[in-house]
Amino acid sequence: MADVTAERAVGAREISYREAVAEGIAREMRRDPAVVCLGEDIGEAGGVFKTTVGLREEFGPERVWDTPISEQAIVGAAMGAAMTGMRPVAEIMFSDFLACCWDYLANEIPKVRYMTGGQVTVPLVVRTANGGGLGFGAQHSQATENWALTIPGLKIAAPSTPADVIGMMAAAIRSDDPVVFFEHKGLLASKGTPPPPGHVVDLGSATVVREGADVTLVALASMVPVALRAAELLAAEGIQAEVVDLRCLVPLDVATVLASLARTSRLLTVEENPYQGGWGATLVSVVADEGFGLLDAPVRRVAGECVPLPFADALEEQVIPTVEKVVAAVRSLAAY
Amino acid sequence: MDATELLARYEQMAVIRRTEKAAHDLFLHGLVKGTTHLAAGHEAIAVGASAALRADDYVFATYRGHHHALARGATPEECLAELMSRATGLCKAKGGSMHLTKAATGMLGSYAIVGAHLPMAVGAAWSARLRGTDQIAVAFFGDGATNIGAFHEALNLAAVWKLPVLFVCENNLYMEYTPIADVTAVARPAADRAPAYGIPGEVVDGNDVVAVHETVERLARRARAGDGPALIEAQTYRHFGHSRADPATYRPAEEVERWLKHDPLDLARGRLIELGVAPETVTAADERARDVVAKAVEAAKAAPGPDPGEALTDVWADGGAAWRT
Repeated sequence: MADVTAERAVGAREISYREAVAEGIAREMRRDPAVVCLGEDIGEAGGVFKTTVGLREEFGPERVWDTPISEQAIVGAAMGAAMTGMRPVAEIMFSDFLACCWDYLANEIPKVRYMTGGQVTVPLVVRTANGGGLGFGAQHSQATENWALTIPGLKIAAPSTPADVIGMMAAAIRSDDPVVFFEHKGLLASKGTPPPPGHVVDLGSATVVREGADVTLVALASMVPVALRAAELLAAEGIQAEVVDLRCLVPLDVATVLASLARTSRLLTVEENPYQGGWGATLVSVVADEGFGLLDAPVRRVAGECVPLPFADALEEQVIPTVEKVVAAVRSLAAY
Repeated sequence: MDATELLARYEQMAVIRRTEKAAHDLFLHGLVKGTTHLAAGHEAIAVGASAALRADDYVFATYRGHHHALARGATPEECLAELMSRATGLCKAKGGSMHLTKAATGMLGSYAIVGAHLPMAVGAAWSARLRGTDQIAVAFFGDGATNIGAFHEALNLAAVWKLPVLFVCENNLYMEYTPIADVTAVARPAADRAPAYGIPGEVVDGNDVVAVHETVERLARRARAGDGPALIEAQTYRHFGHSRADPATYRPAEEVERWLKHDPLDLARGRLIELGVAPETVTAADERARDVVAKAVEAAKAAPGPDPGEALTDVWADGGAAWRT
């Protein structure tokens, strides 16, 4: 039996985001026999993004189940298993394909507890590769976390670092509530320090990843490194940007954002998703309601254009937020 | 099934029939809002199948699921209280007619999106195997669900892993308002599809509680032994329309008459008489059913409405509904 941790630990001081996914799942599978995985190509193949490498070898085909291309059956079966004592981790390969099982995410999983008057618990995780930047075209590149955000009853995690992948995977799998776990395709090759055993990052805890006194940038997943690079460029101009990694959309850590705003008085959200219906709209509406007195400037949102993701790099850059777009927006805010 | 057990099943069916009629009457009196999808005429399927299941088996049903909830241990009082939006309702008045659920007795829900619950039953069967139990899962669904993608995905997944799940189609000949035969490529919408998945597909008289019991018992034993899923097409007929808004005038009069003469209660009564049970004994069972449901109606009527605060509970496992800090 292969041991994912041991194999990776040999001579490796850093862990990649993609390795962190398998590591995070493996840690939970070792501590809890109720944790099982199912999805397309996750077993022998180790996942099309190599995010489940080693799991089948260590835990066997009963606990790491290769399924047919049947997204409804995958998520529906995960739900049934979760209702009856298991903690399934279901993979939907690309987040665009969540639409193929949207009934389960929109109508079944998040509502069954409520409409049964609290009788049924659904402790499952739906993992999926999210986002653009890799030239996969309009049906394999969307940032779809907003789809889930419209549904009461789903928790939404979107980590930006390998350590957070592991810590948030632990929290998601241990959660008694359903969690949609967005792994960003553009971050899979990024590396970071592996966290210690037992590392757990509570869902709904944002983190300040860069301190600054002039403007707060709130970002998620792949937009966190974009915001951090923008903050470096801005620092050279004398503008100190604070960067908040939201990490989760539900629960939404409004308190950390408001505390940052109390220091900076200016807010910019950096969202990969289309502006229309983006999570930033929800966040700024709460800020406008509860933090208006903290603001010295209007709130701004840098978000995706409201078009399907185009194929060519040059076109995709026009649609998805870039460091340059963030820098330009912060300059205008700082000068307000 | 001996006379004693058949009499008990008869009484159970009579309770379901009376409860459905009560639901209909309460709607006409303005005491049930929303909609109902009554299962009067389908009683033998729920009762016959439940009699063949163990207390720890899992059942998943559709929006037409009153009979399954009742057969699986919910009381007429808690079901009618749910329909009447009372605090004492089965789901605390948050589910309503289409979502009757009693998880404690293995009735894991009624689902109002056609066909959605079939994969869930597959997952419950997978879970049973992973936990090393010999529980089985049963999904009851209508003929309309056989043309849904989830039906085919669920059958394939259950078959490929030989999971202990039974798919029980209640074919009442109508997909909502449209004859199922008009919109389906095969004559028997469920059973004819089973061979494509390499599993048994059996047709049974869904109005004959003894036949349903025998079929489910046999296929449940097979599933429990590790021989995989099976599909049962139970042919039946609904006495009311699709939902309460539907007078079902599209059904030919002679067809309705033929099926009403093939009533599950009448069939079971005939079998009881054949077995030597006195007619008065059967009538006494009818009277007990009538009393139980009449008392349930009064108790549900007298129950209080839900506390408004309940609207903001039960979203999360901690009991609350908070989405932010």
